[in-house]
Amino acid sequence: MTLAKAITNGLDKILQSNDRAILMGEDIGRLGGVYRITDGLIDKYGAHRVIDSPLGEAGIVGGAVGMALRGISPLVEIQFDGFVFPAFSQITTQLAKMHARSEGRLTVPVVIRIPYGGGIGSIEHHSESPEALFVHTAGLRVITPSNAHDAYWMIQQAAACQDPVIYLEPKRRYWLKGEVDTETPALDAFKAQVVRPGDDATIVAYGPLVPIALAAAEAAREDGRSVEVIDLRSLSPIDFDTITESVQKTGRLIVTHEAPTFGGIGGEIAARITERAFLSLEAPVLRVGGFHMPYPISKVESQYLPDIDKLLEALDRSFAY
Amino acid sequence: MSRAANEATDQGLVQILTPEGQRLPNQMYDAYLGDVDDDMLRGFYRDMALTRRFDQEATALQRQGQLCLWVPLRGQEAAQIGSGRATRPSDYIFPTYREHGVALTRNVSFSEMLRLFRGISGGGWDPRENNFHMYTMVLAAQMPHASGYGMAINLDQHGWDEAKRAAEGDAVVAYFGDGSSTEGETHEAMVFANSFNAPVVFFCQNNQWAISVPFDVQSKVDLVHRAAGYGMPGIQVDGNDVLAVLAATRWALEHARSGKGPVLIEAMTYRLGAHTTADDPTKYRMSEDELAWAPKDPLIRLETYLRENKIADEAFFAQLAADGDEMAAKVRKDAMAFPVPPLAKSFEQVYAEAHPLIQEELAWHLEYEAGFADESGAGEK
Repeated sequence: MTLAKAITNGLDKILQSNDRAILMGEDIGRLGGVYRITDGLIDKYGAHRVIDSPLGEAGIVGGAVGMALRGISPLVEIQFDGFVFPAFSQITTQLAKMHARSEGRLTVPVVIRIPYGGGIGSIEHHSESPEALFVHTAGLRVITPSNAHDAYWMIQQAAACQDPVIYLEPKRRYWLKGEVDTETPALDAFKAQVVRPGDDATIVAYGPLVPIALAAAEAAREDGRSVEVIDLRSLSPIDFDTITESVQKTGRLIVTHEAPTFGGIGGEIAARITERAFLSLEAPVLRVGGFHMPYPISKVESQYLPDIDKLLEALDRSFAY
Repeated sequence: MSRAANEATDQGLVQILTPEGQRLPNQMYDAYLGDVDDDMLRGFYRDMALTRRFDQEATALQRQGQLCLWVPLRGQEAAQIGSGRATRPSDYIFPTYREHGVALTRNVSFSEMLRLFRGISGGGWDPRENNFHMYTMVLAAQMPHASGYGMAINLDQHGWDEAKRAAEGDAVVAYFGDGSSTEGETHEAMVFANSFNAPVVFFCQNNQWAISVPFDVQSKVDLVHRAAGYGMPGIQVDGNDVLAVLAATRWALEHARSGKGPVLIEAMTYRLGAHTTADDPTKYRMSEDELAWAPKDPLIRLETYLRENKIADEAFFAQLAADGDEMAAKVRKDAMAFPVPPLAKSFEQVYAEAHPLIQEELAWHLEYEAGFADESGAGEK
């Protein structure tokens, strides 16, 4: 099934098994959301549990916080990455801090679903990758699936988590098909996964870039390079153990994300892995990310986004050390 | 809006006790004061006087360097006691950071309230014990919480009829000020509450000043007029009149609780003191302004009423003053005795579930601090 459908089924499962769970967002009811992720759920669970909200992201997230304070488990949808910012204060000053401010007395298990990333030929504010802003905020957890199986399980794991979770949906992979084993739960949502083993270099990717990292590893194989690919899955916390173990074996690390390189998650991984595996490194940790600019116009976005060639170029640089 | 709702909106400024302490009859709201006997009246005065005494003590503690900050409420006691006393224990309250009087009505201890301002807690009290949420420092951030909480009440009470809701249902009171009224979240909260008929009473204490900026910069019209724009009843009440506030809030809670949707109350009051202990009102407002409001002091008018109607005598006021001093001394003692939790405690509170980065940083922190302990230990030997 597609990654999109896997999320739909995951949400269905959540609503079915927990009658205190609700969905809320703009156009998620009758329309089923602009990406149809919630399609059909209003008919199954009613408008009181699949709530078409007024337009107002602070109202949506702030409302979810209030609901959670009364024991409801809200999963809210922000329509697009670039539209989350009206809710930014609620997310960072309220949602993220409620547990700490209350000395651990209050939990606000809100899930915020956000389609993110580019490569869909859209207009401005529809292709952004704001994950670093959330990862930088203590109190939040940030996860992103790259395939249908993870999408199905990770949304359920997010809903079960007592902490607030930002669930980033790689929108250009919504139609990516994959097997979903609905019987066997996926790995812990907050762990990384080696999705292709290799010996000579490691590429860490997440969300929309995992298929690209896999393709780059395949291309590198033709040059006689064995590249390990890690799907990070969780951006906060980050599973540094899995990356460290890999780098201790390969000695080379490339981190890639669509978000701008500067101030991005790649920098944090580079620093931590340098500390943890300094003596194993054959080359500096390299990053392949977006440029320090607002997400570009769609006609030239292909030059902005990390792709197979950019990853191969980074591998060349790494091996040149 | 229903006829009753319009009736509420059309009342003009609701006043039951004049600044001179005269009680006025009110066709609509007297029905909401039927149970107010002499004991209750003395109780309201006691609430207000104790709150003011607490406020005075906390201000002094801050001036003496014992609190990080204090947010005085002097002048707003009637708005807070009247509205707080209108709530049921099962109702949930979202305060701003100045609702010390409301806190008293919810049985939050004054001592506990100082933990936040003493710098030893990010919240201070357990919101679950008294359904009184933590103070919210980010202006208006609590407003959508209130609407969401009200929506959750609707979910819990899905299928209840009006009578059952009126009898057993819960409601929410969202406190805010004229300053918060301009924030976008106030607007969104009111839209959401109205769209979903959430049982929320939006209670504005219009104290005329948002730190240094006067009300006429916040709004060209009285805030009560905004209610109609959202489709809810609005009540403007004399915020320094505890009986008018009590009656109006009771009406509003009854309306909201029974499933008819939210209500906006604008309580007209005045912040007699500074915005916070870091503020200096002499830089932005004239003492004439303060002098004009001084005679409208909520305590003075109720005291006048109690004395003139022989509901309370000199002994009552003397005893109350003594009780206030005793309370203040206890609060001071408690505040000074609060233990400072170690930073290690803060690590535990960031997440509800285990988190590897927290564990790693906590381990580092403990080891680092332990190094100093070793040094001092070695020195002692």
